[in-house]
Amino acid sequence: MRYAMAIDTKKCVGCSDCVVACQTENNVPIGYCRDWVVEATSGTYPDLSMELRSERCNHCTNAPCVRCCPTEASHIVEGGIVLVDPDQCIGCKACIASCPYDARFVHPEGYVDKCTFCIHKVEKGEDPACVEVCPTKCMYFGDTDDPNSDISKLLKKRKWKTLIPEAGTEPNIYYLI
Amino acid sequence: MIEELIISGRMNPEIDPHLHAWPWYVPTDLFLAALVAGILIFSAFLTLHGRENEFPAAVKRAPILAPFLLGIALLLLFLDLSHKLYFWQLYTNIRWTSPLSWGAWTYLFLTPLAFIWAAIHIKTAFPNWTWPYKWIDTFIESLKGYRIWFAWAILGLSLTLGMYTGILLSAFNARPIWNSAIIGPLFLTSGLTSATAFILLNCPKGSNEKKLFCTVSLISLGVQTFLMIHLVMGYLSSDLAQVKAADLFLGGEFTTLFWILIVALGTLIPAYLHILYLKNIKIPVIVPSILIILGGFFLRYILVEAGQISHW
Amino acid sequence: MNRRDFIKIGGLGLGGLAMANPIFDWATGAVLTEADLQQTFNKIPTYCEVCFWKCAGWAHLNEKGDIWKLTGNDNDPHCNGRLCPRGTGGVGMYYDDDRLKTPLIRTGERGSQSFREATWDEAFDYIAEKMQKIAEEYGPECMALFSHGSGGKHFGRMLKAFGSPNITAPSYAQCRGPREVAFFATYGEGIGSPERVDIRDTDCLVLIGSHIGENMHNGQVQEMSDAIDKGATIITVDPRFSTAASKSKYWLPIKPSTDMALLLSWIHVIIKEEWYDKKYVDKYAFGFEELKTHVKDFTPEWAYGITTIKPNVIRKTAKEMANASPSVIVHPGRHVTWYGDDTQRLRAVSILNALLGSWGRRGGFYNPEKYKVAKLKLPKYPKPNKSWRDAFPDQYKLAGLALASGICDATIPTDERDCSFKGWIVNGTNLISTLPNPKNTLEAIQNLDLMVVIDTMPMEITGWADVVLPECTYLERYDNLRVSAHREPTIALRAPAIEQKYNTKSAWWMAKELSNKLNLKDYFPFETEEEELDWQLKQIGSSLKEMNKIGVKKFDRKFDDLYPLENLEEYEFNTNTGKIELYSTAMEDEGYDPLPKYTAHDEPPDGFYRLIYGRAPMHTFSRTANNPNLTDLMDENDVWINPKVAKEWGLKNNQEIWLENQDGVISSFPIKVRVTERIRWDSVYMVHGFGHTNKNLSRAHGKGASDAELITKTKIDPIMGGTGMRVNFVTFHTELPTQGGA
Repeated sequence: MRYAMAIDTKKCVGCSDCVVACQTENNVPIGYCRDWVVEATSGTYPDLSMELRSERCNHCTNAPCVRCCPTEASHIVEGGIVLVDPDQCIGCKACIASCPYDARFVHPEGYVDKCTFCIHKVEKGEDPACVEVCPTKCMYFGDTDDPNSDISKLLKKRKWKTLIPEAGTEPNIYYLI
Repeated sequence: MIEELIISGRMNPEIDPHLHAWPWYVPTDLFLAALVAGILIFSAFLTLHGRENEFPAAVKRAPILAPFLLGIALLLLFLDLSHKLYFWQLYTNIRWTSPLSWGAWTYLFLTPLAFIWAAIHIKTAFPNWTWPYKWIDTFIESLKGYRIWFAWAILGLSLTLGMYTGILLSAFNARPIWNSAIIGPLFLTSGLTSATAFILLNCPKGSNEKKLFCTVSLISLGVQTFLMIHLVMGYLSSDLAQVKAADLFLGGEFTTLFWILIVALGTLIPAYLHILYLKNIKIPVIVPSILIILGGFFLRYILVEAGQISHW
Repeated sequence: MNRRDFIKIGGLGLGGLAMANPIFDWATGAVLTEADLQQTFNKIPTYCEVCFWKCAGWAHLNEKGDIWKLTGNDNDPHCNGRLCPRGTGGVGMYYDDDRLKTPLIRTGERGSQSFREATWDEAFDYIAEKMQKIAEEYGPECMALFSHGSGGKHFGRMLKAFGSPNITAPSYAQCRGPREVAFFATYGEGIGSPERVDIRDTDCLVLIGSHIGENMHNGQVQEMSDAIDKGATIITVDPRFSTAASKSKYWLPIKPSTDMALLLSWIHVIIKEEWYDKKYVDKYAFGFEELKTHVKDFTPEWAYGITTIKPNVIRKTAKEMANASPSVIVHPGRHVTWYGDDTQRLRAVSILNALLGSWGRRGGFYNPEKYKVAKLKLPKYPKPNKSWRDAFPDQYKLAGLALASGICDATIPTDERDCSFKGWIVNGTNLISTLPNPKNTLEAIQNLDLMVVIDTMPMEITGWADVVLPECTYLERYDNLRVSAHREPTIALRAPAIEQKYNTKSAWWMAKELSNKLNLKDYFPFETEEEELDWQLKQIGSSLKEMNKIGVKKFDRKFDDLYPLENLEEYEFNTNTGKIELYSTAMEDEGYDPLPKYTAHDEPPDGFYRLIYGRAPMHTFSRTANNPNLTDLMDENDVWINPKVAKEWGLKNNQEIWLENQDGVISSFPIKVRVTERIRWDSVYMVHGFGHTNKNLSRAHGKGASDAELITKTKIDPIMGGTGMRVNFVTFHTELPTQGGA
């Protein structure tokens, strides 16, 4: 099993609902966020193109944060979800420095925090809060090891990219372009 | 024009607008650790070669401070932790892929050894030194017999510690500035250079040891410079992220600091002063020594700062 | 807290667990299991009040009984189970510490922000006494209600009982009024809200200045996404590279204020090339020949000179629409009060849709249906002797609703008028920010005998009140059922999820108590909102109990006429001719142009740029600017400036500048520059709703600049009184200039 997310940049309008939904679902304190939205525009008026992307922890297959963690607080669970165990985290911030996506931060309580793919919902067969709330339905969550999952089919059908593939982390958030 | 912005207002403390998770504690820790490693390497190495008496400053005097510097380094490492009450988790795991993990274990073993090493040599450094209890004196005297064994252990652990200070950074693929295999040897060398400067401060005036360490210091500075050039060339011949990263030193934010503090004050001027000294021109050794030590500190400080700013 | 995912009790000893682990319950000594913690403790139905879309959803409570999160109701056609960021962040309205907490009575000068705390009884006595005095001296009609949102219904009931018909919302004359009037003139029906556009099934969506995706009109955003999925063509006309423009096959970067020329030219091309739906036009339309003659000179070449849109692009896009016809929507937009000829521009939009045969067709405009809920049995309202219209003889004759700006203007006494408004009740609308030209609004307020503001938050307008009544948020109260017109008729319940915080009350309760003081008891026959709702629900075979469980109830349509003209069925339109009036007889009768004409509008003078304002998806007007969850996403606006212009002025990204408009008005606060290719060189853009001056808004005060204060000039639509607001120009100051000096 390999949980992954596909985000359709053609549909995303950058409303940031994914960010608020994550904050309320996971009680992320105000002033912090586990996901965020990037707007990238290129060209010169009026020949322009724009891409909108909801970003978060990429739950990398080759996760540098897990490798560099001195205590096994950062670990990978069933389905490839990268998690942080607050009771094992010493707050050395090595994982923060190791993440090319800047997806981690220090929770006000001291431990390192980040996207969990809403594992507490996923375990119940639900989608992560960001996916569930997205008004444009531009986000898809599923198992890429299962060739019949919606996400696998989508990745077969559509052109996609991942972020900073040159960092060699094998990210599991796919952007449909 | 390419415009890329986070439109959802992300402002995670220490992450935005650019990474700043590691304040001055970390470079200071790295510097002190490398300095101590350098001091202990010289001391242990010369002991193993049986030249303790030729190099009293390097073998016996300089290491007295080492455990205390190491203590400060450890304290800084602790201060940097944001979840301090859980620090003990460091010692419930050994994670070979995590430099911080084996670095922490190295600290754990080296610190008591450094204290023992200092205790063994304290009477040489301070001839009037007396231990408060007789049994301590007896105990320490008995340890002297295992000197060689301690020296081997200290040499191994110090080399590890010196390398660790660099590998901690170079293991981070995510930060183009740090992502270079040169940083490990560079920091080790820089630690040795700083150690030579520290030893020079402990050498009696006009001693042979001082002359010799001046030469060692000069060689070490040379190797260090070579590694630094190598580092920058490495950036420039790598991918765009590293080319952009190198720009931080070659025209960007850190250019002035880098060239003045590290290249000029930390390397060229002390090297020149060393050469003058070796040519028997009177130079107060404190000047090049302090410059080298500060240069060593700033090398880490700037690399840690710039590394956090550099990104893919 | 996600800690719960990681409980590994007893693994490592050292006793650290109880010390910092929230999972350990000290009170009972029990260690809670994952299941305990993940259980949703309770969910209460509500519908959102952060914007007018009114999505139905659920308020979820956590184990302590506090509001945890808000989610959409799957059965609600407004949101289909997905709230927008503002709806999701609606919790912030409840948790905002800056909320109004207790009734206040003014002690100092108006606007001096000096108040004393009062009891509800004191506040109501004060208001009732003043209202009765106004009624005696000038007549009850001199009281006006400005509202935006659910509270308006309750205060409206009270005011009608009191004898005043002057109930208004800025959403008409400052927003969607022209579109309603124009479509009514053409089709005999308005657009309504949610808009009756069948975006999910359309093949071609044409947006003219309508920035769906930035305006977060939930259902529409969702349907636009569905349309993108299905491969619909999107054509966006906007001087700004909007989010919608970035999703479009064609983006027409039009010169601002020239949309009418483009529309007329599209009509010209579609008629000339005979791309219109002939059968549909033959059967339903009136005045085609007049229209044909009228547009014969409006060639794409003519329009090119005005709009800067190339003739071949005009032809190509017209062809795209024609190819998709009738599954095409030339979107009527929502905020359309731009240049003062807005009703006419929207007439052109409605005509274009008629030629394409999209009205009443799948993929075009559907026929919404509303469920009829039993009316309360109330005594007859007294018949008013006068209304706001008397202040504007022979003007705005087609205005279908009261004009907020009109009532504001009619509050400032003039020699000609024998009666001006004397009392305002303002509920849920920050008039300083919603009406153009705040100075004018303040002058009006200074002439009032009574000014009551009911709001959840201290806003600019609350500072000018005589009495401030703190309303609880929508999460703490019942309200009228949401009865909305949609593809399927639905009703939705709003029930309180939590007790009223501070000394706040619901608008219903306030209106009832105030009515008691005004001896209008009979208009609120029920003791509580529950009783009123339950009675009403029982009349339609439901109950409060049932609605509490389901939140939204769907009903079958009475008639199977979602697309009544799909197969050219017989149909009589509610117009003078019974047809779709391409040529409007109603307009002609009232002395207005029966066919839309192009008028050139003023252009910015040298060194000035047209001020274009709009919405951000994370905020609703100025009302959310202090919401902790939403300020976290966006806490200030910035001013978009084209790189060429920025270079000319030497402006850099994030530099703070002051804006000054053509009348010498300077923004109260500086605003950060965003240098971006997304805006034309002759315009600047900013998001509406920032630059709050009320210091009680700890998060919003002084953040960004207010577009409203720079909109001192308006072009009034002669047909319905809409205030055209895109007619202001601004220039830049890198340092705060002394007021008045350009």
